[in-house]
Amino acid sequence: MELALAVLVTIVTAATPLLLAATGELVVERSGVLNLGVEGMMVMGAVGGFLAAYLSGNPFLGMLAGVLFGMGMALLFGFLSLTLATNQYATGLALTIIGLGLASLIGEPFVGRAGIRPPHLDIPGLSDIPFVGPLLFGRDPFFYISLALVAGVVWFLFYTKPGLTLRAVGDNHQSAHALGIKVLRYRYLAVLFGGACAGLAGAQLSLVYTPQWSENMTAGRGWIALALVVFASWRPMRVLVGAYLFGAVSIGQLHAQALGIPIPSQALTALPYAATIVVLVIISQNRRLTMINTPASLGKSFVPDR
Amino acid sequence: MIRIELHRRSSPSATLRLLSPVIGLALAVITGAIMFSLMGKNPATALYIYFIEPLTEAWSVHELLIKAAPLILMGAGLSICYLSNNWNIGAEGQFIMGALAGSIFPVLFTDFQNPLVLPLMIGFAMVGGALWAGIPALLKARFNTNEILVSLMLVYIAERVLDYLVRGPWRNPGGMNFPESVRFHDFARMPEILPADGRANIGIIIAIVVAVALWFMLSRTLKGFEIRVLGTSPRAGRFAGFSSRGMVFFSFLIAGACAGLAGIIEVAGASAQLRPIISPGYGFTAIIVAFLGRLNPLGAILAGFILALTYLGGEAAQISLQVSDKVSRVFQGALLLYILAADTLVHYRIRIAARPRADKPDVPRQTSEKGA
Repeated sequence: MELALAVLVTIVTAATPLLLAATGELVVERSGVLNLGVEGMMVMGAVGGFLAAYLSGNPFLGMLAGVLFGMGMALLFGFLSLTLATNQYATGLALTIIGLGLASLIGEPFVGRAGIRPPHLDIPGLSDIPFVGPLLFGRDPFFYISLALVAGVVWFLFYTKPGLTLRAVGDNHQSAHALGIKVLRYRYLAVLFGGACAGLAGAQLSLVYTPQWSENMTAGRGWIALALVVFASWRPMRVLVGAYLFGAVSIGQLHAQALGIPIPSQALTALPYAATIVVLVIISQNRRLTMINTPASLGKSFVPDR
Repeated sequence: MIRIELHRRSSPSATLRLLSPVIGLALAVITGAIMFSLMGKNPATALYIYFIEPLTEAWSVHELLIKAAPLILMGAGLSICYLSNNWNIGAEGQFIMGALAGSIFPVLFTDFQNPLVLPLMIGFAMVGGALWAGIPALLKARFNTNEILVSLMLVYIAERVLDYLVRGPWRNPGGMNFPESVRFHDFARMPEILPADGRANIGIIIAIVVAVALWFMLSRTLKGFEIRVLGTSPRAGRFAGFSSRGMVFFSFLIAGACAGLAGIIEVAGASAQLRPIISPGYGFTAIIVAFLGRLNPLGAILAGFILALTYLGGEAAQISLQVSDKVSRVFQGALLLYILAADTLVHYRIRIAARPRADKPDVPRQTSEKGA
């Protein structure tokens, strides 16, 4: 029971950054924009979050800085891919390259310093319930934000008019434009939201998951988040399921190593990446599922005619 | 409030297409100068140390050739992929798997020493790189799986395969437990061009020959035409009887073989053994090479030298200026962003206009826009 609880808690911690980043990217892609720079925004969020918390001593300032760093990178992406209508694929790759470079440059003097964890939100009474208490209550703020975010995105996309408009922009930007909708404004807001989520996900890594800064600490999680959006066929609730599945895979391999299972550790650490490929293949085989949900304008630039 | 408006040109500007990398490079250098002054260095001195000094000494020109070879090879190969609209971003993994496949001979068959070894290593490396690239190609052609994500995930997996081998079965038994393979014997080394001056090997010659061959294929053969047509308009390509699926395989296998070749040139050249890390991100930098070179293999040659210089400059700046060599990676990323931005000028005129509040589209508007 103790062990099961410990495993579940670590799964939740490993899944939270994936959930945050993937939920943000889902909204971006629903607006018709493919931002391949999640990894770059996330790593900037990680370094920004770590530095702000380390220098101020306040983990909440770290969370805020993570969000702002992610949004700064997203703004850069938006200016290029939306205002200047550059190729979204290449721009996202460039964002990842420059993000990884900038983050390692900024963070270099701070490698190995101990970070500052945000406090766990203990709720007297509820946190004391056996098993369920410590698992669901008394967790770090990122966990609650991630769940609220999924609920908020479901509500926004499927139960509000601006959410409907955003999906329309993602499905057919020409028609949306003809109806007088400000396509680029919606896309800018979506891209900034995605950046905020990715930055927050990065801050979770450097404040909670491993409270320190180390180079390339995102280790491909931004890309896994992109894969999760495809896996979820652009449905927020499925992102939730997918993120926890991936959290389980990456934690499962850690525990397998701890138990001394005679498999090379490299094979185990490769597991989340291999699982991503397998999952992508399974999903893409189901053409109907992907065809229905893929935003039709995904990855296409839009230049309003004047 | 000002706004930036794009106005489509009646036809793309050929001049700007060639000028855009120059603009991008100039802006990146200016950014570099600003970055150096922010770090409290004299920007003129810093830029000299970064971009000029490495070219003033023979040994360092040799180092430039060593670094340029893999970048040119992979940049040229990736150009074929991107021209045909296949987004292979996993050259780094194909580089590693090529290096591993080619290293089978000097690492496992240490007694097999004759002039046949090097050609065999090169052949195995190209096949190894191509096979690794064949995975995303197969999955894309067969199941329509996203090749960007698959090729990238395979980079992480390849890194772990390399790590496992050099720490495990391929570790040098007489190497004091260091995670590295045996040193390659002389038959398994890339011959050096001018051993008196420095370490540069025939890899750079191979790279240039391959790039020229790819350029010839692209510009002078039907296959090259097919690549372009399928890249710009898959529909038109299908009417012409070209196969999109075939092109997925063709472009990935070519790029993978180039990356594998680059991998064996690196490990059988300067390093002469396998270590847990054999590439300072060449496979990702090659993406920038491809774009800086206008997706033209000949352009990739020039671009490969420029990006190789950023690696050398970073090392030089670290030694002479005590500036982190991470500056290079920022510079490389900024360069790609600037080129992409400058490319907008090829298709559009940019107007910066004060936002006239009156010319809002006169159509029924959605009433609720507040919550976005």
